[in-house]
Amino acid sequence: MTGAERRRLVKGLGFVAPWLVGLGTFLLYPILASLYFSFCEYSVLQKPVWIGPGNYQDLLTDSVFWKSLGNTVLYAAFSLPFGLIVSLSLAFLLNSGVKGLAFFRTAMFLPSLVPMVALAIVWLWIFNGQYGLLNNLLSTEQIYWLLYLGYALPAGVIAAAWAYDRLSQIWGAARGWAAWLVAGAAAAVVVALLHPEGGPLAFLLGPTFAELRTGPPGWLADPAWAKPALVIMSLWGGGNAMVIYLAGLQDVPQHLYDAAELDGANWLQKVRHVALPAISPVILFNLIMGIIGGLQFFAVPYVISPTGSPDRSIYFLTTYLYDNAFTYLRMGYASAMAWILFIIVFALTLLALRLSRRFVYYEGG
Amino acid sequence: MKPRSWLTKAIVYLVLVALSALFLMPLAWTISTSLKPNRQTMELPPRWWPKDFLWSNYSDAVMYRSEELGYIPMLRQARNTLYLAVLSVTGVVISNALVAYGFARIRWRGREVLFAITLATMMVPFPVTMVAVFSIFKELGWIGSFRPLWIPAWLGSAFNIFLLRQFFMSIPQDLSDAAAIDGCGELQTFWHVILPLAKPALAVVGLFHFMYVWNDFLGPLIYLTDESMFTLSLGLQAYQSQHGGTEWSMLMAASMIVITPLIVLFFLTQRTFIQGVRLTGIKG
Repeated sequence: MTGAERRRLVKGLGFVAPWLVGLGTFLLYPILASLYFSFCEYSVLQKPVWIGPGNYQDLLTDSVFWKSLGNTVLYAAFSLPFGLIVSLSLAFLLNSGVKGLAFFRTAMFLPSLVPMVALAIVWLWIFNGQYGLLNNLLSTEQIYWLLYLGYALPAGVIAAAWAYDRLSQIWGAARGWAAWLVAGAAAAVVVALLHPEGGPLAFLLGPTFAELRTGPPGWLADPAWAKPALVIMSLWGGGNAMVIYLAGLQDVPQHLYDAAELDGANWLQKVRHVALPAISPVILFNLIMGIIGGLQFFAVPYVISPTGSPDRSIYFLTTYLYDNAFTYLRMGYASAMAWILFIIVFALTLLALRLSRRFVYYEGG
Repeated sequence: MKPRSWLTKAIVYLVLVALSALFLMPLAWTISTSLKPNRQTMELPPRWWPKDFLWSNYSDAVMYRSEELGYIPMLRQARNTLYLAVLSVTGVVISNALVAYGFARIRWRGREVLFAITLATMMVPFPVTMVAVFSIFKELGWIGSFRPLWIPAWLGSAFNIFLLRQFFMSIPQDLSDAAAIDGCGELQTFWHVILPLAKPALAVVGLFHFMYVWNDFLGPLIYLTDESMFTLSLGLQAYQSQHGGTEWSMLMAASMIVITPLIVLFFLTQRTFIQGVRLTGIKG
């Protein structure tokens, strides 16, 4: 190493020194320490005692752990795709050259500013079974249809768009009307197939929706409806992602649209073949952050009920981890959970990155 | 992508107005409830415009003390929150600017490796490190103090380093070279050349960390033991767990007190804010 190189090294390390301390103290050491703790009996009050893989074995048979894991996966599996659909659709709507863009954007963005604790309290009140706004504004019948169409219609629209895109490539523009016809039929079939009480989703949604025949949903007070209520709450905060997608869409160069138009592309084809590929890296990044965030879901369900009641239906992985660590003082057990969480996050992120090679378009890459 | 026909345009506007109303409805309902006498919150059908406006719900939420209502010492909680916010926002801006400068403007051996490690740590969820970090603070005897909540802010964070590094790299190298010729040392270049140019990015980092501190619930829940030290978020949850399910108008007033400063802040800093959401959401 020359003198100049050494001087630069010293200077560089000098500037990043705070981070070297932070990285070591709050990330690298804790990750390794919690790996060690996960093989220990440890209550913070006493020094950790090595017990081997006992904590992991206990986790395998711990029904509360599996319940909380299942809740977390279910919540993420619904809130992530629907959040994506909502914020993407809003972004496309706002990107259609409307006047008053700033007003609409602000209106939809404001809810995402609400702090988690306040969010939970506000929605506890709206979802109140007896006096809540929702159950008094809508009849049970209306709620049933709104929710059914709320998830089935986006799926139908996506299916129709896909079918139209494929067929119009095969048949050409001349028979565009036939492609629309088939696409409409595809949408109808998908919506019908997704009926909550008939069709292949009945095993998952049937019991929940059937409950609506006996009266209005109890939402956060009802084990069947608490998780769907949380998903609805999460959609309210979709404005944040909407702003991000909108920014991405506004950066798509106009000449790409013009070129597509010259090729005879209609609105749908421009969305599918120009806009979506252009913002796919942003979508991927948000999806990965969403996975990491979704697995840490804690504040909102904790405020609604620290025990995850009713019937542990909103008891999540991080809630159980918190309880083990700070309520039962089983830090070793909590560390084992932390490591499993870590591995899940790692695996899912890797999976997302792998899939991205097929679906994500990088300019110049 | 602009729709041509007036019919499509009309439909788009109709949908946008409806959606905006839908998004604002929960907030409007919160405000409406917060102004009602508690008895009237349980009126059916629900009334959007309160029969009587009870502005005192707000002062009650902050100051009133009675056996059955309890009260939320929100003034003290606001002071605690602001104290933490000032200390940690200052720390976040200074430390991350320094570290990002080291990554962006100085070439040194091992820089790329360390930066790759830094990016990888963005993936580590806080619950993973929570137990071990707690045990560190326990060893230091800091549990029950504010220190675990602001001192780490002075030691950098991966995401902010990444963000500021991107920004610093976009500043032409010529400026640094000119400063060096004028006899500026590295610290002087950092202070007199780079920082003034990086103000927008620093504002984003500071603003977003302020939001984070205001919002943070898990941190205060773990580290704060004395009720007089609670932050607004933690205090609101504590009140909800004691009086939830009945005192709706007080709860809504208290929630609005926690929400409103953020909304005001948003309107005051709208440009920085939207810029920030774009910056933080778009990688690269």
